[in-house]
Amino acid sequence: MHILVCIKQVPDSAQIRINPVTQTIMRQGVPTIINPYDLFSLEEALRLRDTLGGEVTVLTMGPPMAADSLRKTLAIGADRAVLLTDRSFAGSDTLATSYALAQAIRKIGELFGKPDLVFAGKQTIDGDTAQVGPGVAKRLDLLQLTYVSKISECDPEKGEIVVERRSEGGVHVLKTKLPCLITMMEGSNVVRRGAMKDALRAARAEIVTWSAKEAGIEDITKCGLKGSPTVVKKVFAPPPRSERAILVEPGDTASQAAESLIDTLFKRQPTLEQDLAKTAAEY
Amino acid sequence: MNDKPAAPAPAPSRASMKKELPEHFRGYKHVWVLVEIERGVVHPVSYELLGAGRKLADSLGVELACVVLGAPGEAINQAAREAFAYGADVAYLVEDEILADYRNEPFSKAMTQLVNAHKPEILLMGATTLGRDLAGSVATTLLTGLTADCTELAVDADGSLAATRPTFGGSLLCTIYTLNYRPQMATVRPRVMPMPERVEGREGRVIRFKPDLDEESILTKILKFVPDRDTSKSNLAYADVVVAGGLGLQSPENFQLVRNLASVLGAEFGGSRPLVQKGWIGSDRQIGQTGKTIRPKLYIAAGISGAIQHRVGVEGADCIVAINTDKNAPIFGFAHIGIVTDAVRLLPALTEAFRKRLSPHSRDRLAG
Repeated sequence: MHILVCIKQVPDSAQIRINPVTQTIMRQGVPTIINPYDLFSLEEALRLRDTLGGEVTVLTMGPPMAADSLRKTLAIGADRAVLLTDRSFAGSDTLATSYALAQAIRKIGELFGKPDLVFAGKQTIDGDTAQVGPGVAKRLDLLQLTYVSKISECDPEKGEIVVERRSEGGVHVLKTKLPCLITMMEGSNVVRRGAMKDALRAARAEIVTWSAKEAGIEDITKCGLKGSPTVVKKVFAPPPRSERAILVEPGDTASQAAESLIDTLFKRQPTLEQDLAKTAAEY
Repeated sequence: MNDKPAAPAPAPSRASMKKELPEHFRGYKHVWVLVEIERGVVHPVSYELLGAGRKLADSLGVELACVVLGAPGEAINQAAREAFAYGADVAYLVEDEILADYRNEPFSKAMTQLVNAHKPEILLMGATTLGRDLAGSVATTLLTGLTADCTELAVDADGSLAATRPTFGGSLLCTIYTLNYRPQMATVRPRVMPMPERVEGREGRVIRFKPDLDEESILTKILKFVPDRDTSKSNLAYADVVVAGGLGLQSPENFQLVRNLASVLGAEFGGSRPLVQKGWIGSDRQIGQTGKTIRPKLYIAAGISGAIQHRVGVEGADCIVAINTDKNAPIFGFAHIGIVTDAVRLLPALTEAFRKRLSPHSRDRLAG
């Protein structure tokens, strides 16, 4: 079976710094990583391949340097990597991104076999929209299973899959047909490290690199800024609260500090002491 | 009825930001909110959205409608009555046995059909596992803009929806518009918007809509629902008191100090995103834009620097107490009370001091 995994290279959010003067992102030197949510989907894809046989193709859209992340997925165990890179994709919102990815998946299907399963990350850590997976599913007319915590059964012969999907207060066990698109919940598996032979293969492997045209995208107006119905008008840092924080002296000892902190707290929120006593009693 | 979107709009002149809504979108009017029901229960985020939607509708001088999808029966009628009490003028009831439980295919089909038939200008949904799953499908089918996880919704001078959300991993905010397409869609996480006042006996109009669905063509089947057995699952979003820790705790073992304080206060505990990424705590304990948004009476943040994505998740708290060694940490810019000290030093003393103050003796005094 052919399994396709969409990933995104993202800035390591823990390392993002804001220039305090200009209030803009200091991009320089921010390391990039594979979007952590994507790794759970990649791992699930590799497990299915290991049990059922077949191939895993990883796809990303991004700048040429996104090839680094693709190479990492090969080192983890993916069989093939495709990079979709073109200046005309710049400024794509989730609708435009889903169009480009869907077209590339069609092209991959023509060249390497139609995917039985498409995986995407639940969301990214930079955009945090969770919209691209559903968008790709809709564009390709695939059944959609988001927030999957477990794949219980997958039978490519019958073209059926059974999964557990998270919902409010529990999980729904769903049965559906292949092909479909799945996004995995974080923590639903443990991502493998990758074998030495894969690392060696990855170092030498060719990353299939496509421009928009090479990916079969004819209508460039559906990509990038032009193909994006949303417009970002303003990027800003929220101003500090007008009311300054009351600063409590750290004191000579921790217990002094604790006492004066609680005094300050109950002075500012007079009803809190009673509320807390009640909650603590019920607890 | 069909699922096809209206004729595609001509390429918008985005660079100039000129707002010229194509002719066929000019009839799109009114603000809609999806009322989410799972197993008979309305998700509270739906009421929070009705509060936000009411303000938008009033600014625009239009009606606020709720959309309820479900099997015919008392649950959806009851949900509509509640939606009226929380501010809706109109309720679209989309009734079909196929919609008894959430599945992406029939829900996105029914929703798309309703939008194409009744044409709202704004459509809001909760950023829940249901809302996010549905919103992405509906927006892609309609080829319109969708802004996820908004923290603020407003109507601009020209009547456009200005949807503000964190960006760049939650380090800045941005305001997003859908200028040339309709409906303008947005999702909002639970607890981000305040719960509006419920007005008993407030009434509205019911419009019933029969979707064009057939079970044969729906390929996804629900085999069963398994409720969570783990009762230790957090109730962070709705807790009155929350204590959280960040990287300032220095080691995973020190997270116990947060739990200890939470236990004395009868509070829920949580942590910042880096702690989840490092595996110190589970993702259901993450506080911030991408985790849980909280609105407690008291929030104590220990060793959390306060990145914007954290800030937007806790700003609704009545009182934020920040403990951090770095006096320049952003958290002191939005905390109400701050103390520049090492959380690892302060937490045990604070726990002990609270224990004394909230002891049965002082409780008796308060009760008397």
